[in-house]
Amino acid sequence: MTKKRYEKPIILKQHSGMMNKFGSTQTFRPITKIDDVEIDSLTEKFGSPLFVFSEKQIREKYRKLNKIFKTRYPKVRFAWSYKTNYLSAICSIYHQEGSWAEVVSEFEYDKARDLGVKGENIIFNGPFKSESALEKAIREKALIHIDHFDELYSIMEITEKIDLTANVAIRVNMDTGIYPPWNRFGFNYENGEAMLALKRIIHDERLELKGLHTHIGTYIMSAEPYRQATLKLVDLAKEIYDNYNVRLEYIDLGGGFPSNNTLKGQYLEAEQLLPTYEDYADAITSALFELNLPSDELPVLTLETGRALIDDSGYLITSVFATKRLSTGKQALIMDAGVNYLFTSYWFNHKVVPTKEISGFTENTIVYGPLCMNIDVIRDDVVLPVMHKGDKLVVLYVGAYSVTQWMQFISLRPNVVLITEEGDVELIRAAETNENITEQERLPEKLSDFTLTD
Amino acid sequence: MSEYKISDNLAVSESGFLFMANSGESFTVNETGRFIINNLKENKSEEEILSLLTNEFDIDIDTAQRDFDEFLTLLRNLKLVEEL
Amino acid sequence: MKVAVTGLNNVDSPGPGVPVIRGIKDSGKFEGEIIGLLYDALEPGAYMREVTSRSYLIPYPSSGIESFFDRLAYINSFEKIDVIFPTLDAELFAFSKLSGKLNDLGIKTLVPTMEQLVLRGKDKLFDFCTKNNINAPYNIIASSINDLYALPKELQYPVVIKGIFYDAYVAHNFQEASAYFTKMASKWGLPIIVQEFISGEEYNVVALGDGEGTAIGAVASKKMYITDKGKGWAGVTIMDEELLSISQKIIKALNWRGGAEFEFVKKRDTGEYFLLEINPRFPAWVYLAVGAGQNLPYAALQLALGEKIEPFENYEVGKIFIRYSWDLIVDMKKFEDITVNGVLRND
Repeated sequence: MTKKRYEKPIILKQHSGMMNKFGSTQTFRPITKIDDVEIDSLTEKFGSPLFVFSEKQIREKYRKLNKIFKTRYPKVRFAWSYKTNYLSAICSIYHQEGSWAEVVSEFEYDKARDLGVKGENIIFNGPFKSESALEKAIREKALIHIDHFDELYSIMEITEKIDLTANVAIRVNMDTGIYPPWNRFGFNYENGEAMLALKRIIHDERLELKGLHTHIGTYIMSAEPYRQATLKLVDLAKEIYDNYNVRLEYIDLGGGFPSNNTLKGQYLEAEQLLPTYEDYADAITSALFELNLPSDELPVLTLETGRALIDDSGYLITSVFATKRLSTGKQALIMDAGVNYLFTSYWFNHKVVPTKEISGFTENTIVYGPLCMNIDVIRDDVVLPVMHKGDKLVVLYVGAYSVTQWMQFISLRPNVVLITEEGDVELIRAAETNENITEQERLPEKLSDFTLTD
Repeated sequence: MSEYKISDNLAVSESGFLFMANSGESFTVNETGRFIINNLKENKSEEEILSLLTNEFDIDIDTAQRDFDEFLTLLRNLKLVEEL
Repeated sequence: MKVAVTGLNNVDSPGPGVPVIRGIKDSGKFEGEIIGLLYDALEPGAYMREVTSRSYLIPYPSSGIESFFDRLAYINSFEKIDVIFPTLDAELFAFSKLSGKLNDLGIKTLVPTMEQLVLRGKDKLFDFCTKNNINAPYNIIASSINDLYALPKELQYPVVIKGIFYDAYVAHNFQEASAYFTKMASKWGLPIIVQEFISGEEYNVVALGDGEGTAIGAVASKKMYITDKGKGWAGVTIMDEELLSISQKIIKALNWRGGAEFEFVKKRDTGEYFLLEINPRFPAWVYLAVGAGQNLPYAALQLALGEKIEPFENYEVGKIFIRYSWDLIVDMKKFEDITVNGVLRND
């Protein structure tokens, strides 16, 4: 006789709070595979925790977004935002799709060059570009997006010293009706600072003004601010054409489109609140047509979309290391991955999903990471089925920022794999070893020897 | 003979719905939970229940013991069981 | 014909489900069954035999739109629902997003679009009113407590502090304002709306838009008795051409699709109407409109089914609703069924 499937015994008290925030029943759609690869086979081979990226999903998402913009505007260019995810394999997928590189540090700049991106296809952003980085970028014809006057003057000095011209744009900040406004980066539009910087650039014969750039914020949940931002850049573009006869090659709207992740403190799930990408595209492109230029004279629309492109294609598989009952009776799980790998769980309520079919008996659960630290919480209240030691959860939408902001704290960072379009599983970043960490250290001779107390 | 006593006021239905007649509270249990409560009501000992559980369900004795302990803690918290 | 209705929580702050169902049944033209969709096992409408035939528990949309849809699709697999009639604020985003997928299952809905829901949001309402020449109290959108330190001159205490989804408090000074700010930010998240307090009498309009700019109906009322929770427990239909013409203007400007409630205050010194809020669904007092001659719930059902209908021309002024409570006696078995199996049958 075959035995019945076992589930840990559990009892729940019924309490009825009219319209309480959390559901009384829950149905789950467990994830057993990513693309067509079984989750269990992935962890068998590569261990747990494990970051998994899907090449197919990455390319599909890119092509979808590209198409949405290209069907609305004739000239569109994407530049892959390295800080969002600079694993070589991931960057290379975007470069194969035709994406330029958008970098914000010398480290990222060099990384893009090493991957084979030419300087002239690199957009160099950020408030902190060292003199050596600037000189390199000027020599290699990169597009330097100037953030402040000190940087502008540095570029003027360098170009004079090496007697070369630099390709530049300025970053503009502005009031687009979003709160709080981002005014720490770039030159302000409303107080005339942006126009002043543009004048300086136009009057310097070694500076070649190529475009205008803005990046209005992150996780912008409405399309209207993009329309406002575009209109203001269009306004600047018209002014410099009218006054100085300078035509821009491109207008760069930066990034900031949200992904499916739900922000903490947000009452409804992101999926229910967000506009479609078509809405964003309509807002931006309709404003660009206000330039009233014939199609061949329109500037290229550059987008530095990061999160919206990659977030949904990244997964973290993590296993239940232990289950616990808190003194309140609440189910607690200790997972083998925590905030050390999911920095983003400080601001997102990450979606966590079980990997096998369950009976439908669910309860409010707290999901802890493995660190010996009180702040190590992946979700502080999420409805999950009865979980056993060794069961797995998949954390969804972790493609953006997790593998760039993760910490080597207390433990080493795990494997990262890519499921290719062909269905093969490729290791794209090997798990760290003790040697990786200690090889950077130097132990002074006099500390190399010790005797412990009895 | 059982080491624990489930309150006589607790009515357990086939569906896994529990009603405590003297407090008005209601609860739900899953299949294994109901299995344990019914056996406790029949005054079975912990050892007997564990053996019945491992015969009926696909589970090893160590895990069953661990989960039984956890379940008893829940029942104690909810004041549904007394130690004898 | 099977119609599934939410919001059967006929409690002291009632959902509109039961009055909507009564309207549909009172039309005399409805042949079919009403199915209840519940978020809680104790929603009274599920236990009322003359209201629902059967009811099912569904998860909150806030717990995940996929599982929400899966549950609806599962119920539909044997119930074969023709129309779902959502009646609660918090679920409208989900139903709006899912309207296409539900339509693919053969389920019709009459819900506002995402764009309409966003435009009428508490944080966007002032802009909307300014653009359309509708009076609205001045407001600012506060994203941190610092914004309270430097209120613009249009905002003199007392001010109204409002959460992005629910709740509003009148604050008479900075101390009160910052206390409410903190309280609401932790409950509903940011931003917080700080609004000009306009002293005067409040009026409400229940209306129905066809999605193409026409108001199919609109009935104005004045609350006569208000509970300590701020809910009208009795109210009377009134007629004021201006109130109705502003309401029509709102529906036209938004191309509003579905039921709505407009909340106005008539400024004491000038007599002008100020729009305080647009609620994107029928209010719980919608049955007063039925009683006064405009069966808006049934008309909404006809619109959902794609039928062409003519707007209502008028309604009876001076009709009063008086709400009352009533105790139902049921067996524990009913509660067990809904708790364990997620279904409660009255048939």
